[in-house]
Amino acid sequence: MSVRIETLVRRAPGAAEKVLLRGVSLDVPDGGFVALVGPSGAGKTTLLRSIAGLDAPESGHVIIDGRAVEGLAPRERNVGFVFQNYALFRHMTVAKNISFGLDVLPRRKRPSKNDIAARVTELLTLIQLPDLSQAYPERLSGGQRQRVALARALATGPRLLLLDEPFGALDPVVRRTVRAWIRSLHDQLGLTTILVTHDQEEALDVADRVVVMQDGQIVQDADPQTLEQEPATPFVMEFLGESLRFEGQVSAGRFVPNQMNVEAFSVAGLVDGPATAMIRPHEACLENTGADTTVHRIGARYGMARLSVDLGTRMVEILRPETEAATLPAAGVSLVIKEARLFRDGKLAWAGGLAEDRPAHDMAAQI
Amino acid sequence: MSTTQSSRREADIPRWLLIAATYTIVGIMLILPPVLVVAEALRNGFGTALTTLADPDALSAIRLTVTMTLASVVINTVFGVLAAWLIAKYRFPLRGVLTALIEMPVSVSPVVAGLVWLLLFGTQGWWGQALDRIGVHIAFAPPGILLATLFVTFPFVARTLLPLMEQQGRDDEDAAMLLGASFWQILWQVTLPNVRWALLSGVLLTTARAMGEFGAVSVVSGHIPGLTETMPLHIETLYNGYQSVAAFSMATLLAAMAMATVGLRSFFEARARNAVIHGQDA
Repeated sequence: MSVRIETLVRRAPGAAEKVLLRGVSLDVPDGGFVALVGPSGAGKTTLLRSIAGLDAPESGHVIIDGRAVEGLAPRERNVGFVFQNYALFRHMTVAKNISFGLDVLPRRKRPSKNDIAARVTELLTLIQLPDLSQAYPERLSGGQRQRVALARALATGPRLLLLDEPFGALDPVVRRTVRAWIRSLHDQLGLTTILVTHDQEEALDVADRVVVMQDGQIVQDADPQTLEQEPATPFVMEFLGESLRFEGQVSAGRFVPNQMNVEAFSVAGLVDGPATAMIRPHEACLENTGADTTVHRIGARYGMARLSVDLGTRMVEILRPETEAATLPAAGVSLVIKEARLFRDGKLAWAGGLAEDRPAHDMAAQI
Repeated sequence: MSTTQSSRREADIPRWLLIAATYTIVGIMLILPPVLVVAEALRNGFGTALTTLADPDALSAIRLTVTMTLASVVINTVFGVLAAWLIAKYRFPLRGVLTALIEMPVSVSPVVAGLVWLLLFGTQGWWGQALDRIGVHIAFAPPGILLATLFVTFPFVARTLLPLMEQQGRDDEDAAMLLGASFWQILWQVTLPNVRWALLSGVLLTTARAMGEFGAVSVVSGHIPGLTETMPLHIETLYNGYQSVAAFSMATLLAAMAMATVGLRSFFEARARNAVIHGQDA
């Protein structure tokens, strides 16, 4: 089921000035797995609820499978929705929860008792909880509740699945398993899935496409790889993970950082003027130049050493391979940026690396 | 070691004093009155007490009280659920005012509430004469008693449900709606089961209050024995007429009914609390 959103506007009730969605447009193809990410208050949950029909936008359109659904009640849209806190009916058994969507169908459309029971069994097998049909939600663990909520949403066979922070209440280990499981379920059932999360890592891991939202607007809508390599704004870069920012000047095809003890690097094709360079902690290395700096090892991550470098006026933390870190001197190094993105006027102007095996993509021509 | 023991014993003294004082107060304030009421009722033996309850006026008072209580419990349960649902699950203009209005009967003296109905429906009241002409009698008649009881007991169901409903939020209802449930299906299968223990507790509180209401009913009913006297009013009439055995027998019955209700309520309240606790981790 494809979903198309056209210039959706939604103001917060009461406070007239607060705008939750400022003309959001989005296209989700049939079979797509899209993650909406952003800090809280970015409007991602409002957008999701608008698609489901739980929230009424002031203007704009929601088109599901080529059909505008504005006039349609939530239940006529046939979407599966999983709430952040699962919203399981606490007075019903797991089986009753799952069959709810079938039990409330008008009699002429409702499957027979046996068919419903068979469907419940089938879903319980799908969510790998075949023995819990008679349990009450309060007895289940977070991950189990999550899966029951999913089965309940899937019982009526919706083709579109909307997930609101589905992993938020789970502990990190369970999160990763459930995440992978949902992705395989999506592929197996041929669903179209839209997921809301404030956890960028989760989004990058699970979705084909990640839509980054900020202040009721979409800042960037791209696949994880593009987001990593060419974030549209400094916000996206920062939101997607730990980053370092260096203000500086471009002159004669080189970026010269204002920060002392950081080496300039070539940014071919970029017009002269001020710019901001942003890098991930593993995208810089250290070179012995006799500069007035000191280096401390402060930890380890992903098999790399985390180093704190005192650049004189600022401390930065970078990641280097253990083998390299072991041979580094404790002082007298400069920071050499190997890969960076340059932003100008809040937009990406250049992205690239200095390593030979990774040619710089010249974005300047497109701007 | 002996010092810790003696210091503990010293700390025990205020504790025991406090416990003793509490039981003394409870004994005088709460235990003694019902015991005296029962003792007075049974002064001339159990048979005499029973005979007084079989008096036609007494039977009529019991019947009226039971009818009024049942009617106001049914009506106020419906309105209370409606009001709590509306306030907890929706945002609408003047929502705060509605919340405050629901609380009002708690703070207004029942006598004043009774007077209001007299002002509206009494023979000298706004609508009294017009209604009298078409043969509708509200003041000094059971409908007036019902109105007065309804007013006084209005907040109980709504106030018991509101905090729980607000805490539970709207997600369950939204989930049910997305799964295709209609308004009534949501109400019967999701909302009400979620608050069932609190609802029961509110209903029992309403019952207890409706049975015992004196002030408001006293003003609107006109105290006509056999016709508009509820149990509390009849007790007063009997007592004022020096029929103390009859008065105390009736009082014993009323107290027993109220205590049974309150007992049931505290039983269900405990279950409601459990439901809340489970609701939080669910």
